[in-house]
Amino acid sequence: MFNRIINNSRIAALWQYRTFILASVRREFQLKYQNSILGALWTVLNPLAMIVIYTVIFSQVMKAKLPENDSIYAYSVYLCAGIIAWGLFSEIIGRCQNLFLENANVLKKLSFPRLTLPIIVVLSALLNFSIIGGIFLAFLVLTGQLVGWSILYVIPVLAIQLLFAIGLGMSLGILNVFFRDVGHLFTIVMQFWFWLTPIVYPSAILPDIVRSIIMTWNPMAAIIAAYQTIFVYGTPPDWNSLIIPLISGFAVLFLGLHLYRKHAHEIVDEL
Amino acid sequence: MTAIHVNQLTKAYKLYPSAWARLKEWLPFSSAANHELKWVINDISFSVEAGESLGIIGLNGAGKSTLLKMITGTTQPTSGSIGLAGQVVALLELGMGFHPDFTGRQNVYMSGQLLGMSQAEIDQLMPSIEAFAEIGDYIDQAVRIYSSGMQMRLAFSIATAKRPDILIIDEALSVGDAYFQHKSFDRIRQFRQQGSTLLLVSHDKAAIQAICDRAILLDSGRIAMEGQPEEVMDFYNAMIAERENETVSLNTRADGKIQTSSGTGEATIADVQLLNNDKELIEVGDVGQKVNLTIDVDINEDIDELVLGFVIKDRLGLPVFGTNTHHLKQHLHELKQGEKIHYQFDFDLNIGEGSYSIAIALHTADTHLVKNYQWRDLAYVFTIINVNKEQFVGVAWLPPEMRCTRD
Repeated sequence: MFNRIINNSRIAALWQYRTFILASVRREFQLKYQNSILGALWTVLNPLAMIVIYTVIFSQVMKAKLPENDSIYAYSVYLCAGIIAWGLFSEIIGRCQNLFLENANVLKKLSFPRLTLPIIVVLSALLNFSIIGGIFLAFLVLTGQLVGWSILYVIPVLAIQLLFAIGLGMSLGILNVFFRDVGHLFTIVMQFWFWLTPIVYPSAILPDIVRSIIMTWNPMAAIIAAYQTIFVYGTPPDWNSLIIPLISGFAVLFLGLHLYRKHAHEIVDEL
Repeated sequence: MTAIHVNQLTKAYKLYPSAWARLKEWLPFSSAANHELKWVINDISFSVEAGESLGIIGLNGAGKSTLLKMITGTTQPTSGSIGLAGQVVALLELGMGFHPDFTGRQNVYMSGQLLGMSQAEIDQLMPSIEAFAEIGDYIDQAVRIYSSGMQMRLAFSIATAKRPDILIIDEALSVGDAYFQHKSFDRIRQFRQQGSTLLLVSHDKAAIQAICDRAILLDSGRIAMEGQPEEVMDFYNAMIAERENETVSLNTRADGKIQTSSGTGEATIADVQLLNNDKELIEVGDVGQKVNLTIDVDINEDIDELVLGFVIKDRLGLPVFGTNTHHLKQHLHELKQGEKIHYQFDFDLNIGEGSYSIAIALHTADTHLVKNYQWRDLAYVFTIINVNKEQFVGVAWLPPEMRCTRD
């Protein structure tokens, strides 16, 4: 006779809240441009400016070229692929780690499936990612750099990246509720992490020993390298290099779920 | 059928001496518990039948909000269980979750979605939400320019757009203008008539007595008293007055009603009589009858000051008329032990038909909150019937002089 709302299976509850999830993603998008005249155009202008700047500075002004690639656009493509992929990662991590703190008010007052919150963050980040990615693709078409069907290799790489980002983000989000140092610490960690990942520089400039350490033990290095390979060379990424990111992805996801199961009931008390 | 079943519920918050202590406890393989438990709810059990309405009262920090949060599911109990039959809507704090930059309409959708409604459902409810909130064109303006009253109206309209099986209200009704308060009370009453179960937390005596069938008094996380709203309210009022070295006692009167009496006892009520012109005790009075209320007070210790107050209350415990000797400018000073004071009040019983009680308080200054010698509820009970006046309804007798012209 008694059925508590929260005892319904989690998936069913999330499904019931699909309208909330989708509408929240739309609202977040709207909110960013609500009071601006150009509105959603800014979504396009920002990444466009980034691509133009990198292309002009590196390919035209500095004449920077990738080793073993003569195209004047190659370095710009390399940069953009890395930065866009890193952008998705850092957006998910940054927003997830403050997820529960930012929504404290709603969490304390209303009973709804908590897992809708990370889903909204991930979908929002993916929406931004696809807009930027779309412009990037348009740029590739216009400059004749489009690499054809090999672009579909992005899908498994993206899946691994999301797994890793969601797992890490959730773990940080929960830890940050109880230990606020985590948020501060990770803001710093992310800066080091960015420069310890070959994004603005090619991995070839690193000493062999450093490169092998980074490429093996930094899951993001392998993931970013996979994007760069796909977009610059149009070849499939080195799948073996993605095994460690995949395993790390599952590891952090299980850590996140473990923390959630063990401490979810304390989150509201702590906010 | 039971709508809400709370069984041996407890809630403790973990208190850590420092963040390091928590960290130590979280590390794997550390078995030591580094925290203290602060119990805010201590073994509470009660149940509410479907269609019944229960009031929860208590001082700040008694655990009311925590209890409601557990019932609505925002926070989890430490032990015990809560069973709920049906869909629950909670008005814990109105207007939360409103985003200032979105319009009222957009916020309606967002709040509706947070309650688990579908787009189509909200589309369908939108006109009635708009109509009930009565905020006009503001519905399409950003919520940031709303007054708090307007936010309240809109939030209440959304939360109660659909009749829930169980409605939980936490002090929410005390905001907003009088007009909207009446309107929201009416809606809640309608829900009750249609079979919703109601859980109301409030300090507002009138609200509890007007809506609830039963009340629970929480004190330090335990149920201190459970019973008829007016009995629990009387006990609660006495509790507020006497936080120190005073005794609160409950006596069951011959008619089964529970009488609260409390106070420090320097002065006590010896006798209370309501007399007619022939000096006979009145148990049944007539509308408009002249009466004399006589109260005898014993002074048990030397006191500086004495004020006597009385309140005539209706059947629900709502005050009909009350005053005291401070307001009547009849303060007594420098009273000596052993004195006997004899108070008399003459007035016309211009009140409507029904059962009434008189509560009496002996105190200093203008309320019983400063120093309370004695407080006695249900000190005298009488009934008013209408013998020779034209028929009328209501609690007050306001005989109109009527004129009417026809052209």
